[in-house]
Amino acid sequence: MPIEILMPALSPTMEEGNVSKWLKKEGDKVVAGDVIAEIETDKATMEVEAVDEGTLAKIVVPAGTEGVKVNTLIAVLAVDGEDIDKAGEGVGEEPAKAETAAPAPAAAKSEGAAPVAAAPRTEIAADPDIPAGTEMVSTTVREALRDAMAEEMRRDGDVFVMGEEVAEYQGAYKITQGLLQEFGARRVVDTPITEHGFAGVGVGAAMAGLRPIVEFMTFNFAMQAIDHIINSAAKTLYMSGGQMGAPIVFRGPNGAAARVAAQHSQCYAAWYSHIPGLKVVMPYTAADAKGLLKAAIRDPNPVIFLENEILYGQSFDVPKIDDFVLPIGKARIHKSGKEVTIVSFGIGMSYTVKAEAELRGMGIDAEIIDLRTIRPLDFDTIIASVKKTNRLVVVEEGFPQSSVGDHIANQVSQRAFDFLDAPVITIAGKDVPMPYAANLEKLALPNVAEVIEAVKAVTYRG
Amino acid sequence: MATAARKAPAKTKPKSDGKSAGLSAPKPVDFTKDEELDAYRRMLLIRRFEEKAGQLYGMGFIGGFCHLYIGQEAVVTGMKMALIDGDQMITAYRDHGHMLAVELSPRGVMAELTGRRGGLSRGKGGSMHMFSKEKHFYGGHGIVGAQVSLGTGLAFANRYRGNNNVTLTYFGDGAANQGQVYESFNMASLWKLPVIYIIENNRYAMGTSVTRSSAETDFSHRGASFKIPGIQVDGMDVRAVKAAGDLATEWCRDGKGPLILEMQTYRYRGHSMSDPAKYRSKEEVQKMRSERDPIEQVKARLLDKKWADEDELKAVDKEVRDIVADAAEFAQNDAEPDPSELWTDIVL
Repeated sequence: MPIEILMPALSPTMEEGNVSKWLKKEGDKVVAGDVIAEIETDKATMEVEAVDEGTLAKIVVPAGTEGVKVNTLIAVLAVDGEDIDKAGEGVGEEPAKAETAAPAPAAAKSEGAAPVAAAPRTEIAADPDIPAGTEMVSTTVREALRDAMAEEMRRDGDVFVMGEEVAEYQGAYKITQGLLQEFGARRVVDTPITEHGFAGVGVGAAMAGLRPIVEFMTFNFAMQAIDHIINSAAKTLYMSGGQMGAPIVFRGPNGAAARVAAQHSQCYAAWYSHIPGLKVVMPYTAADAKGLLKAAIRDPNPVIFLENEILYGQSFDVPKIDDFVLPIGKARIHKSGKEVTIVSFGIGMSYTVKAEAELRGMGIDAEIIDLRTIRPLDFDTIIASVKKTNRLVVVEEGFPQSSVGDHIANQVSQRAFDFLDAPVITIAGKDVPMPYAANLEKLALPNVAEVIEAVKAVTYRG
Repeated sequence: MATAARKAPAKTKPKSDGKSAGLSAPKPVDFTKDEELDAYRRMLLIRRFEEKAGQLYGMGFIGGFCHLYIGQEAVVTGMKMALIDGDQMITAYRDHGHMLAVELSPRGVMAELTGRRGGLSRGKGGSMHMFSKEKHFYGGHGIVGAQVSLGTGLAFANRYRGNNNVTLTYFGDGAANQGQVYESFNMASLWKLPVIYIIENNRYAMGTSVTRSSAETDFSHRGASFKIPGIQVDGMDVRAVKAAGDLATEWCRDGKGPLILEMQTYRYRGHSMSDPAKYRSKEEVQKMRSERDPIEQVKARLLDKKWADEDELKAVDKEVRDIVADAAEFAQNDAEPDPSELWTDIVL
């Protein structure tokens, strides 16, 4: 039997990739360990080694094909004694066509970072902070974050970025790609693996007046540094009677990625939102990622900027404006509606957006509010919406106890109780450490069906 | 006490000499008359201020934690004499002496201790959390060891800006066992940051003696894994401190990277006001006070060289007592912060 070579998954969140190059041609002998192809993922270009010995009978997916789903047949290997022509006969032609029929929208624009699945199709309501008629450019969240840092570094010589693998490696998740080349090692600083230490160094530099962007490879590792974030960064302005504070951004991926289990999968939105002296930003779209990161870098306070690995490769429209800065502390109405308000933020928005599309099909007109900032929380926008819809569902991925949703539900019950026609329902991750097994992980996370059920419950539709 | 002999501080002869970097502890250089008088006055101010703070604590004017610097005055005084304008200082919670050393107002410090609106942090920081941008004093930190990473960051800013300033990062023998100290050492050495790590070894981390808490009690060796040279300094002799400070600041300004100064010193009082200090003998404390007191050493030299007589020194003492009395008077009578201050200075 000929051996099928499938598109490999090369990172926890990889769903598809590009076959950039074949290093063997049809008819070539291959031994285990030979590099046969180069695959471009959303993070890097990786070499693919042969696992078996044989002859490359057929290349099913040619070099240059983009958006090839994981596990798609990409080549066939004839083992010893097999006829090469027979081995390759009629294999894989249909699936290959099907998989490449719908290339991701921004593939051509991304440099070295291919987008993964496109954002769910929901018409995003116009952001009042973006002038009508502004030209939009489809951009990944990854590129938007990089552009935001690069623009701010060009604007202000005191802005620098430090963290693990941010410089020569070009970022563990490629968010700092190209920054070293443009700004040099003085301003793009590779640190040792030393979160507690470099967070403190960053805060000290900020107290001296610089504007550090501290990247945590993931916010899970910031647990090592949380003392400096809270005791040193957040409290100094108060403790010094206003004499000095820490203008610093702590940023990096937050929340569950995919199959990385308990120690690498948790959302810190609620944790940091507890702390006076911090601002906490958690964008969903690329436009918000860009406009809010620029705002965070300019903000004179410590800002926790929570990104998400799964969103990095998703593309959204970003306004083509020379200096696009959004206000921190202002929620955005993602889609306006009349019957129910769904509040969410960050990756929680992806469940919400998918649920809303289905709800629309059922004739339920939901309003979606993307919080964008968790602290200070824009209660004005939430309350105004609840007064209109009289119903509220909050969706987030974090743990349920003392969640952002709990706080919102409490405040809404105090400020708009008479406007509520149903109890507020909060949807969160399950109250368990993140399991590894694929089925359990799925169960631990919120899902679209839960959002739909909650909306049906608050609108009293069986 | 069987361990008393082991705990006795080294005299002026240091055990380590930083040979790997070609460094040795500098010999104390004799002070001029003006330097001796200046050091005497500065150290006396800290001593009398702290005595008064202890008194006000006992009277209930000062609350919370209050860590006195009595006995360690030569360390900040000698180091201050080695600084130039713009050099930064950062320390932990035993910080009153450091603030007086950089000439922050005794009224402002004392009023902060009493939690009044005229305090350096407007009454919102207290004994452990005071700052002064103007004097380049970056706190005053309550978390043991945190100031070491922060101080390394201040030095990072100096290097980033390419200026000629150095950062004095003070911490104790207790903090020297925190992990982030070594994370900071590594980065400071890797990036050649102009930071002087001053380990104030007063021989007790709260109630635990260095011999019970530290596998290596020669703290000047603590940078060895990071190629940071260190020197042991007689922290009871202000001249030895000044000489070490001169060497260290020059080292940093020359771009040679960080340096460790282990200041062998002693605190006469407990860890904080609520510490009865039963972990050491009265004799041990008394021996230090009578034989090694930093202020008495200067006084003896002044009298010996006939640079001052008893009456002149009494006049200095009176002047210092007046300053402290004024500060205490102010701190007891100044108004508490306006209640609206609860909600200010949280975010800008």
